[in-house]
Amino acid sequence: MSKPVLRVQDLSVTFTSLAGSVFNRQERQIRAVDGINFELFAGETLGIVGESGCGKSTLARAILGLLPPNRGRVMWMGDNLTELDEEAMRQRRKELQIVFQDPVASLDPRMTAGDIISEPLWTFYPKMARLQVDERTRGMMKMVGLLPNQINRYPHEFSGGQCQRIGIARSLVLNPRLLICDEPVSALDVSIQAQIVNLLQDLQKKLGLALIFVAHDLSVVRHISDRVMVMYMGQAMEVSEKERLYRKPLHPYTNALMKSVPVPDPKLAAAARRENWLTGDMPSPYRRPKGCVFHDRCPFKVKRCEADVPPLRRMENGDRVACHRAEDLDLSVVEA
Amino acid sequence: MRQEGLLQLAASRLIGLVPTLLVLITISFFLIRLAPGGPFDAEMAAPPEIRANLEAKYHLDEPLLAQYFRYLGEVIAFDFGPSFQYKDWTVNELIARGFPISATIGGLAMLLAFFAGVLIGVFAALRQNTASDYTVMGIAMLGISIPNFVVAPLLILVLAIYGGWLPASGWDWTWQRGLLPVVTLALPAIAYIARLTRGSMIEVLHSNYIRTARAKGLPERTVILRHALKPTLLPVISYMGPATAALITGSVVVERIYSIPGLGSYFVQGALNRDYTLVMGVVVFYGMIIILFNFIVDLLYAWLNPRIRYDEGE
Repeated sequence: MSKPVLRVQDLSVTFTSLAGSVFNRQERQIRAVDGINFELFAGETLGIVGESGCGKSTLARAILGLLPPNRGRVMWMGDNLTELDEEAMRQRRKELQIVFQDPVASLDPRMTAGDIISEPLWTFYPKMARLQVDERTRGMMKMVGLLPNQINRYPHEFSGGQCQRIGIARSLVLNPRLLICDEPVSALDVSIQAQIVNLLQDLQKKLGLALIFVAHDLSVVRHISDRVMVMYMGQAMEVSEKERLYRKPLHPYTNALMKSVPVPDPKLAAAARRENWLTGDMPSPYRRPKGCVFHDRCPFKVKRCEADVPPLRRMENGDRVACHRAEDLDLSVVEA
Repeated sequence: MRQEGLLQLAASRLIGLVPTLLVLITISFFLIRLAPGGPFDAEMAAPPEIRANLEAKYHLDEPLLAQYFRYLGEVIAFDFGPSFQYKDWTVNELIARGFPISATIGGLAMLLAFFAGVLIGVFAALRQNTASDYTVMGIAMLGISIPNFVVAPLLILVLAIYGGWLPASGWDWTWQRGLLPVVTLALPAIAYIARLTRGSMIEVLHSNYIRTARAKGLPERTVILRHALKPTLLPVISYMGPATAALITGSVVVERIYSIPGLGSYFVQGALNRDYTLVMGVVVFYGMIIILFNFIVDLLYAWLNPRIRYDEGE
């Protein structure tokens, strides 16, 4: 296998909040992202899934330096991005791009679609001829399925799906090597979701992008990913090849997530609900469980899970899992 | 298309001004008549015949409604009538004399307040919750709280009397005489605009499209100037409409302290003397200025925010 383009090592993001009265200030810390490790190869898609609040969006932003990490390294083509100064990181943004979750709010309402898409061009190539910028902008619009004659419209004149197409065109205008999609479709109608996911997939193949696709929708992730990372309370529970993960998850949490996917058939749905053993919510991030972070919701837990933190270890087939009992559990999923 | 939207907005707003002004004129006309006393009460010694003569000359002997409609007719022709108190002056002449002075001082004060306030506010917002942020905002709070009748004598005392660098009062269209009143008027506005700007800027900097702008790789300066500044200014602009109107029509207190013959002093004199025409003239004029500035604010809003441009036809 070739060398990975992106290597994330022990990346951690901690948020500090102040609690208590003026006289009794307490700093409370939330480990939003807690020691994440993974690699990404050129042209590969890594899906990142997890419940709301598991830290997947924070991870996405920390990789791109939009949030300052507390610990760890983000190695991109030989550079540690967390150590670059502001200007050097800015230059790197030509190669590293992101598509955000809320497509409408992520566009400056005072700019036309054309200005939004072309702004990176005239920022990084101020000498580029106007005509050339215009041509490239219209080309990008066509590529993402927008009409080039909509170039002078404002974001509020577009639908949510069209706004996300603008967001994608904007992210790709500088020919990046890595694209992070932070829940790009969760704010969109299901019918539009499919269009956007397919568009991203086509563009990835065409442009040879390395793609990180963050979502909480397992079926969307399954559709687009090569490998999938499952996150829980800021930690990676499992990083597996997609087909294996969906057929036979290694971690009980992965299994639980898959069982909580809504089933359209009401008869089967009742059975699925019975079978779904995952109850309750994630523990408060201020009170993270000792040992395995998942142990208080896990029906398979043993004594050891309450004391020892399971490391993310590599299995024979190359998949990685953070569970003490990965070998002796069979969590195969029977598909309808 | 877009230009048309702005023009339509302007036209419809202008038509909407007419009823507003009519209500303003009506209410103030009858209110001032309700106040006890009349314009010639100080001349009680005058024999009743002379009094009757005076009242006849100014049509005060007619029924109130007749006076009202007569006045309305005059106002439409932009004639505010003769002043009762300043015998040889018409109200139009008094406004023409006082307004340029008040407008110059007020306008300069607002200009200063806008640039200084926005600059300070942005500075504080970019250093949110640091010592310099707290210091600047603390000073701004002081600036808002201390009334101008305290600030003005202090400035005069320090800069004019002890320092001797500037004249203490009076007016002659030189910058030396203008500086202190302009600064006095500007200080609370600077403070207020700085606080508005800071709060607004902090909110804007948290919005998603600012995150997008950073992700695009724009330098921080560009993020602030091109993407954050315009929306930050929205609340500042809506504050500045009425505030500018208030400042350029003359601050009663400040004009008094610095002995400036501006519009503000006529307002007080007119009200005290029951100078009906002068009070009415100044009120209507003030009303028109306020309406004008609110109108400008509306246009600026539309320019700053394409979403409220009234161009629905697409």
